[in-house]
Amino acid sequence: MASTLDPGAPAAQGNLKARLRRAERLRKLKAVGLVAPLALFLVIVFVLPIGSMLLNSVDNGSLRQVMPATAASLQEWDGEGLPEAATFAAFAEELRDSRRGGGLGSVGRRLNYEDSGFRGLLMRTLMGLPRESDDWRATLIDIDPAWGEGVTWRRIQAAAPPRTDRYLLASVDLERGADGEIQRVDADSRLYQAVFQRTLVIAGGVTLICLALGFPLAYLLATLPARTSNLLMILVLLPFWTSLLVRTAAWIILLQSNGLANQSLMALGLVESPLQLVFNRIGVFFAMVHILLPFMVLPLYSVMKGISPSYQRAAVSLGAHPFAAFWQVYVPQTVSGVAAGTILVFIMALGYYITPALVGGPADQMVSYYVAYYTNTTNNWGMAAALGSILLAVTLLLYLVYHRLVNRKQMIGS
Amino acid sequence: MALPPYASPLERVWFWVFRTFCGLVLLFLITPVLVIIPLSFSSGSFLTYPLPGFSLRWYQEIFSAGPWLDSLKNSLIVAPLATLLAMAFGTLAAVGLNRAEFPGKGLILALLISPMVVPLVIVAVGMYFFFAEVGLLNSYTGLVLAHTVLGVPFVVITVNATLQGFDFNQMRAGASLGANPTRVFFDIVLPQILPGVVSGGLFAFATSFDEVVVALFIASPTERTLPIQMFSGIRENISPAIAAMATVLILLSTLLLVTMELLRRRGERLKGSVE
Repeated sequence: MASTLDPGAPAAQGNLKARLRRAERLRKLKAVGLVAPLALFLVIVFVLPIGSMLLNSVDNGSLRQVMPATAASLQEWDGEGLPEAATFAAFAEELRDSRRGGGLGSVGRRLNYEDSGFRGLLMRTLMGLPRESDDWRATLIDIDPAWGEGVTWRRIQAAAPPRTDRYLLASVDLERGADGEIQRVDADSRLYQAVFQRTLVIAGGVTLICLALGFPLAYLLATLPARTSNLLMILVLLPFWTSLLVRTAAWIILLQSNGLANQSLMALGLVESPLQLVFNRIGVFFAMVHILLPFMVLPLYSVMKGISPSYQRAAVSLGAHPFAAFWQVYVPQTVSGVAAGTILVFIMALGYYITPALVGGPADQMVSYYVAYYTNTTNNWGMAAALGSILLAVTLLLYLVYHRLVNRKQMIGS
Repeated sequence: MALPPYASPLERVWFWVFRTFCGLVLLFLITPVLVIIPLSFSSGSFLTYPLPGFSLRWYQEIFSAGPWLDSLKNSLIVAPLATLLAMAFGTLAAVGLNRAEFPGKGLILALLISPMVVPLVIVAVGMYFFFAEVGLLNSYTGLVLAHTVLGVPFVVITVNATLQGFDFNQMRAGASLGANPTRVFFDIVLPQILPGVVSGGLFAFATSFDEVVVALFIASPTERTLPIQMFSGIRENISPAIAAMATVLILLSTLLLVTMELLRRRGERLKGSVE
């Protein structure tokens, strides 16, 4: 680079352009070289792990690895009557081998999603399995009559292909019926619709409350003299910088049955006995609004700070009622701040896990909770990944909208 | 926004309703932070008012050998390392992003900021499987790498913002005077963008010091960080020890807040002197 800038260098007219181009290219390469370490680091430690985890949502599990011959021959079967004798033989062989390799557990778990009695059936069959047999079909049916029913084999067949849509369908309360058609699951086992609904209700409610509380506060802070508003801003920023766990603990302490909130309500004579304010939806709303409110106030404040009060004064001087001037002249100018704040708070609220887990009850857990639950407690990774994929897709979509609405400068300014 | 003398009675009422409302919102914001502090000095073992008496026993508990001190130590190992890594990676990347135009820049910026957007539980589960595969599960290294990922977007954003007003011709001037690129960076660029680097670093530090979801998934009891200890304390037996640690953390956040404010003012002064 130094050479191109050296005025003393003899620059032949013809290749000056080429040299400039080369220097420009070199500069670009250097810039890319500075970004590359972080980009590479994030791809390896962040993007690929999440991507491969989400692929679990279409992974059909281990039947293919543990019982390859059975899986292959079942995929050729047309589903009518019973599979061929060769399938029975391959299955019996591979069932016996699966005990040694440790694959039996994962196959049992996968098949249990098809029918909850499957693990037991496999165990029973394995117990009674003879060393040799001339007719495996008769032997298996002899051990358990279930092997003589087509439906048993069709269930194993469903686990045979490498990819499945069962988890993604299940996460929106759908399933494939016996004929392969997509249908809704029975009314009493529709679980996730309620979970998603609850997540949306909590995130939406928190966002609206934050807007209702944050808009007036941001307006006040933006219009007060700098000295006072800086002082009051501390009351917004201190909670913002305070640990989420500290604030969650504080709300439990405040809202518990002998906490300050109930003590004050009873002292004022408003209630006779302590109200249940925590470990339910009320507690979740209090804590989440408190934690997310600064994320609403700060973008609103930075937008409002840039709005000149003269427009509103002009409207009033032209005869508008002060309220009309506020609503028709001031508020429209805050739209970008409102959009930024609402989407930001909504996105953050959608993924909440810790706060509802600590201050909510069992009926207040959001999607994130179920992702964690399926990963840690039941090892149902397909379901965890399917729910996670939906949560991530919605979040990224909203983020895209946010990005379009807010230019980069405003986001940084907040 | 004072009330003008010609305000109508309705406007006067509205003005005071509005101010009262804002006062209540501010009260709502600050009360939980303040209420927890006196409880940490309680001599009893319940987190209720009125306090039975004054005592420092809970501070003694969290600062004497035990799970609290261990977890504090772990956090003090992990957070600074993750912060330094995030500052190094993030600053280089932000300088690169502003140095030249190249294709796919918007996409790369989106990638660098994405850890801030993706729900934590998804990050946690993804890293859980990945670290299990590469043998970093239940290790300090894994935890530091995870927290670096979560802290990096803040550094990229703040340094990026500081660089908006930076004149890159200074780098050329430095080079033409014979400084090598490293010297140009440390003597010319870094001093000017330092407020951005430091405030990004503070965000990254605060993130690591308060991160519980990912840590819950990838840390064993040996690497138990302070937020995990707080989490299980709140969940299992909520005692004034939590209030004591909370008070320490509030002190820390006050410190962070003051530092950020000083950095912001310095930044504004610098900007003002240029114009």
